[in-house]
Amino acid sequence: MGIASLDLYSQAIVLFAALALFTSFIMLAQARMMPLIFTFAWQGLLLAVVTVLVALVSNHPHLYISAALTFALKVVVIPWLLYRLSVRLGMQYDAEAIAHPTLLLLGGVALVIFSYHVAQSIVHLSGLATRNTIAVSIAIELLGMLLMCARKSAVAQVIGFMSMESGIFFAAVVSTYGMPLIVELGVAFDILVASILFGVFFFHLRDSFGSLDVGQFNRLSEANQSMPLREAAGEPSAGDPA
Amino acid sequence: MDSQLTAWALAAAQALLFIAAAPLLAGWLQRVKCHMQNRAAPTVWQPYRNLSKLLRKRMLLAQNASWLFRAVPYIVFGAMLLAAAVVPLIAVRLPSAAIADMIVLVGFFALARFFTALAGLDIGTAFGGMGASREMMVSALAEPAMLMAVFTLSMTASTTNLSVATGYILEAGLVLRPSFLFALLALAMVAVAESSRVPVDNPATHLELTMLHEAMILEYGGRHLALIEWASQIKLMIYAVLIVDFFFPWGIATGFGAKALAVGVMAVAAKLMLLAVLLVVWETVLAKMRLFRVPQFLGFSFMLSLLAMLTHVVLETGG
Repeated sequence: MGIASLDLYSQAIVLFAALALFTSFIMLAQARMMPLIFTFAWQGLLLAVVTVLVALVSNHPHLYISAALTFALKVVVIPWLLYRLSVRLGMQYDAEAIAHPTLLLLGGVALVIFSYHVAQSIVHLSGLATRNTIAVSIAIELLGMLLMCARKSAVAQVIGFMSMESGIFFAAVVSTYGMPLIVELGVAFDILVASILFGVFFFHLRDSFGSLDVGQFNRLSEANQSMPLREAAGEPSAGDPA
Repeated sequence: MDSQLTAWALAAAQALLFIAAAPLLAGWLQRVKCHMQNRAAPTVWQPYRNLSKLLRKRMLLAQNASWLFRAVPYIVFGAMLLAAAVVPLIAVRLPSAAIADMIVLVGFFALARFFTALAGLDIGTAFGGMGASREMMVSALAEPAMLMAVFTLSMTASTTNLSVATGYILEAGLVLRPSFLFALLALAMVAVAESSRVPVDNPATHLELTMLHEAMILEYGGRHLALIEWASQIKLMIYAVLIVDFFFPWGIATGFGAKALAVGVMAVAAKLMLLAVLLVVWETVLAKMRLFRVPQFLGFSFMLSLLAMLTHVVLETGG
């Protein structure tokens, strides 16, 4: 019973899973752009480490490939792309105002409890050593969704989306020792393409709205008119997202 | 009967050692901090000199000070003394641990804080009232985080008795518990806030407007001030020893032999010195935050302790 009866590798899996969950919470609380991207990279690193440990414990060599893929994509390529994008958009020192930071964190805690409740039925069916971490993977997914809901900045929303994908990948690793390799390769490729597409979108968004704040997007009808800037300056309260 | 007597004598000796060593920890902290910030450092015995100077000084009381104002230093010091008697410093399984459990320990802190705030209000100066209200705001947010972290530990050890819990963690050996990691972070943040250290409060400030804890005790002097300062040094040490006991208990004496006790003293001294160095690094790299950022800081600490509890339930129990 309990964690003390597991061997040291399984304990390390549990520990790193908990740390990955913690990075999700840090992302929720982090208002500045650069640390947000770095925290996302840390989460990727933790997930890669967990995958390697699961591969060690369960003797599934194909998980090493997934770990390498995770490392390459989520620790190197995507954070680097996002970093370069935010430097080119001149927003690497931006901080967005989070509306209710403590309430948001408590909402995150509620999501963890909910995912524990949801995972209970799966945990009873599974016989794997890592079955307790299924709830954590669902929680990472839901926290990514919460990040997308709560943040206004498009970059933060992209990070929330990627974090959701991390959660799904993690769920696959700990509940069934990974998806078939072809699926994982496909998903990884999708993620890569998505991150490049998001980059293109960022530039379009900035050209159309002058900002990456999705709260500004309800000005869509005004943006299509001939002189959006003059109108916005004429009635400043009209486009107020609040 | 005889062994029981020895145990009680040891418990008393441990409590005395605790309160005697608290200024030494403060002195060491001050010394390391000065070195870290390229200042000339006082000796580690400086807090003792300050205390003895204050104890010798003549008392000056405000004209409208009531009995409460005069009683508060003794109440605060008494509460800290009782709390120090409960925390296992060099040995576990001492009989004094049965006096109070972790929840009562939090209660002792709350008692001391309540009376300090009353004393701050008693004289009726503006700074006293301001300090009292600020201290109450911080403690109202810090206390749930502390209790939640303590509950996590007591759920793991299935007891709220400090000595038994420390013994349990000692026996379990090296177990990588994520809940302990989060509880450690939460407890460290609460300790920093409660013992009025840098990101929340500056213990060395002379600017009344930025004071939290100091503003309440501005009116005190002489031996009253000595007792209050000594009590706050004991409080810092209690938090440090709590962290050491829960998360790094290795080396603490389980028997009452001379060798085990000597090892216990050495181990706890080394661990406290190391912890103080960490605290100094933390205080040096961080700037004091605005007062209205403090709720966010403590909210994060509450979230951490909640997460500790959750990871305990989700990850560490269950088949």
